[in-house]
Amino acid sequence: MEKIIFYILAIIIIVFAIASVTSRKMLRSVIYLLFVLCGIAGIYFLIDYNFLAAIQLTVYAGGIIVLIIFSVLLVHHIEMELEDIKTSKKILVGLASLLGLGVFLTTIYAYNFPVIENSNSIDMDTIGLGLLSYEAGGFILPFEVISVLLLAAMIGAIVIAKGTKIATSDKPKGKSLEKN
Amino acid sequence: MIAGISIYEILTVTSILFFIGVYGFITRTNLISILMSVELILNASIINFVVINKYLYPDVFQGVFFSIFIIAVAAAETALAVAIIINLYRQISSVEVKDTEIMKY
Repeated sequence: MEKIIFYILAIIIIVFAIASVTSRKMLRSVIYLLFVLCGIAGIYFLIDYNFLAAIQLTVYAGGIIVLIIFSVLLVHHIEMELEDIKTSKKILVGLASLLGLGVFLTTIYAYNFPVIENSNSIDMDTIGLGLLSYEAGGFILPFEVISVLLLAAMIGAIVIAKGTKIATSDKPKGKSLEKN
Repeated sequence: MIAGISIYEILTVTSILFFIGVYGFITRTNLISILMSVELILNASIINFVVINKYLYPDVFQGVFFSIFIIAVAAAETALAVAIIINLYRQISSVEVKDTEIMKY
């Protein structure tokens, strides 16, 4: 049963990922990315890491996708299509990607992983205590660094997006600025 | 562990996902699409962390903690990137890679 669910999730992830990077409709490609992220959350549910699945759904599917959709709608109009890429470039990059994938897969299948049979799960207490512990193996330092990073990113995003009213009213609002 | 699924199959899926992200990163010419491809690559690496933790070292949870940190960094990165893209759009009315040719203004 779990096997079938995993295969369905894998097919969903791969098919929608391919659709997401090849679709020429901008908004559709964002929605395909949303399906990919939901499929990944399904994999986390399958291996019993429920907290991580919840994080994946809230932060990625709830936060990042909405942010990207907002930026798409602010920047394009809905039916906008991306310009077509040269077929030669597509084939070349596709071949390079397949080559890299081949290298990865031969390396993975050549290595004998010492898998341990288990059905461990992780509960919220362990995560909270681990994040705030300053014993050996605790994560208090990266936790604090991440909090400062998030604050800095928030302030930076506000400052950048607010911007100053550009003094380009005399410049033509063309495709690109002229080089000074 | 997922009953009946070996670690090889999951690593295969994540490798494919990673290289789909690389393909999109190189072929797309739109800043937002490139951002989405980066999200795909990051997600593939997060699944690798989690799955290797679950299958090889089930008694410690380092992989889960690192995944949480990666997700936080990815969220910060996306917020900043979207801010930059919107600011850029107000300056040059375009988010195509070929139109962004100067660093300042």
